Amino acid sequence: MRWLERHVPKLVLAPSFIAVLIFVYGFIGWTAWISFTRSRLLPNYDIVGTIQYQRLFASPRWEVALNNLFVFGVLFIGISMILGLLLAIFLDQKIRTEGVLRTIYLYPMALSLIVTGTAWKWMLNPGLGIEAMVRGWGFENFRFDWITDPKMAIYTIVIAGVWQASGFVMALFLAGLRSVDGEIIKAAQVDGIPTHRIYTAIIIPSMAPIFLSAFIVLAHLAIKSFDLVIALTGGGPGYATDLPATYMYAMAFSRGDIGQAAASAMVMMMIVFAIVVPYLYSELRSKHD
Amino acid sequence: MTDVSYRPPSRSRGARIALRWGLYLMLGVFAFWYLLPLFVMLTTSLKNLEEIRSGSLLALPREITLEPWKTAWSGACTGIRCDGLQPFFWNSVMLAVPAVAISTLIGAMNGYVIAQWRFRGANLIFSLMLFGCFIPFQVVLLPMARTLGIIGIAGTIPGLIFVHVIYGIGFTTLFFRNYYVTIPAELTKAAKIDGAGFFRIFWSVFLPLSLPIIVVTVIWQFTQIWNDFLFGVSFSQAGTQPVTVALNNIVNSTTGVKEYNVDMAAAIIAALPTLLVYVVAGKYFIRGLTAGSVKG
Repeated sequence: MRWLERHVPKLVLAPSFIAVLIFVYGFIGWTAWISFTRSRLLPNYDIVGTIQYQRLFASPRWEVALNNLFVFGVLFIGISMILGLLLAIFLDQKIRTEGVLRTIYLYPMALSLIVTGTAWKWMLNPGLGIEAMVRGWGFENFRFDWITDPKMAIYTIVIAGVWQASGFVMALFLAGLRSVDGEIIKAAQVDGIPTHRIYTAIIIPSMAPIFLSAFIVLAHLAIKSFDLVIALTGGGPGYATDLPATYMYAMAFSRGDIGQAAASAMVMMMIVFAIVVPYLYSELRSKHD
Repeated sequence: MTDVSYRPPSRSRGARIALRWGLYLMLGVFAFWYLLPLFVMLTTSLKNLEEIRSGSLLALPREITLEPWKTAWSGACTGIRCDGLQPFFWNSVMLAVPAVAISTLIGAMNGYVIAQWRFRGANLIFSLMLFGCFIPFQVVLLPMARTLGIIGIAGTIPGLIFVHVIYGIGFTTLFFRNYYVTIPAELTKAAKIDGAGFFRIFWSVFLPLSLPIIVVTVIWQFTQIWNDFLFGVSFSQAGTQPVTVALNNIVNSTTGVKEYNVDMAAAIIAALPTLLVYVVAGKYFIRGLTAGSVKG
């Protein structure tokens, strides 16, 4: 009884710990293992080396997916950050309707990406959406058919993604702006430093940790982006808007090529690792100090 | 509050007013941009197909029709079935409610242990769990599909609940741990001296303090699970799909005439629960979002 009492906390935590060991780390191990085998439709556990990775990086479709991830990631993160910061600074100027505006800017984050994708797919529809509307205003030659143009389709994903996530970045930055020490700003104002310099020289540099957090969250969203592509373009035209996430899914569930699915999932995880691990490490360290 | 309202009197009054107007204009333009898709979805869902083809995207409906909403709810086709979104909406409810409740409860207990009953290795366990929040779920899809098959819950709603609970624990534990860590350890010590045990202390000391973090966690988990698509599409079958998967099937079904108004009504229906949560409890929603990213 005594023993039980002393170990209750451990026993309470144990099931979760075991679950995480199996379903996170064990499963990662399984996927890693499969990625070194010749598995196709069914798993095959004989390790043969990096053949799946060679196939993966020889695949033109994967090349497109990786390229898209890069283009999408850079633009999505960059634009969301800039827009979020701008909106936060604007909203921080004693705006009377701030509460309402904040609610409007942030609501897309509550939506499913499938809903976002559906809405934008409709608006970007060349025949009936924005293009048709502007033509209806008399600009007969107006073209906005990115969603059907293999070269431009990836940018429609950026538009919808930024629409969804930039309000969230705004909320992060706004919280950051509000936590900057007011005394320093007052002192700077008394010294006659112009407002835009106060922002660029004092406020924004002091928010470095928030930039980092926003970057991590957005990068993470970008790498995992799956729903949005499926709903907006379905990966098309052709596979022009494939991302690693959709490539992996196609291999796993429609092509029946689990070796490729496993290898592509591992590459995705490596990319996430490269971004998140240094961040988590520094976070956990600073907690201990 | 960043008070930049004080300005040295160098700028003229006129310039200041112009700047102010410019500011409001910009804010208004962005508000328009964020509201546009919602507005378009709503108006499109109330138009008939004829009006959609002939009219402009931004035009208000000339004749309001509720037919598309009826079809979206109970008549639209998802693949071979034509019962609308309704059965899938209830699937999502039956999936989200238990998954949210279970993962929140587990998170509360875990957070309580990690924050208040520290033992050697607890921090390592926490780090391992935290890391689980960040993996791209693609890396567990294949083994999870096999495991669900082996347990015998593949393609079922309990199977999806199981998956959501497992991969929700990391976040719920994080939320509660970060909340309980701010409660002084003396409280637990005093309760122990009074003879209270582990569960008693949780029940009568910590739980009554936990309402805000419970709300944050429930909202976070509900939004995540309701909006999930990846697990839903990977681990469900024809009858057990959640609403997001059904919505995608309706929109991308290739049979028959494309009914854009029905698509839009369906999208709004799928979005309503989380939108409602956001409108009612936006403050907690934002707290969850920021807690999930700016930890501590």
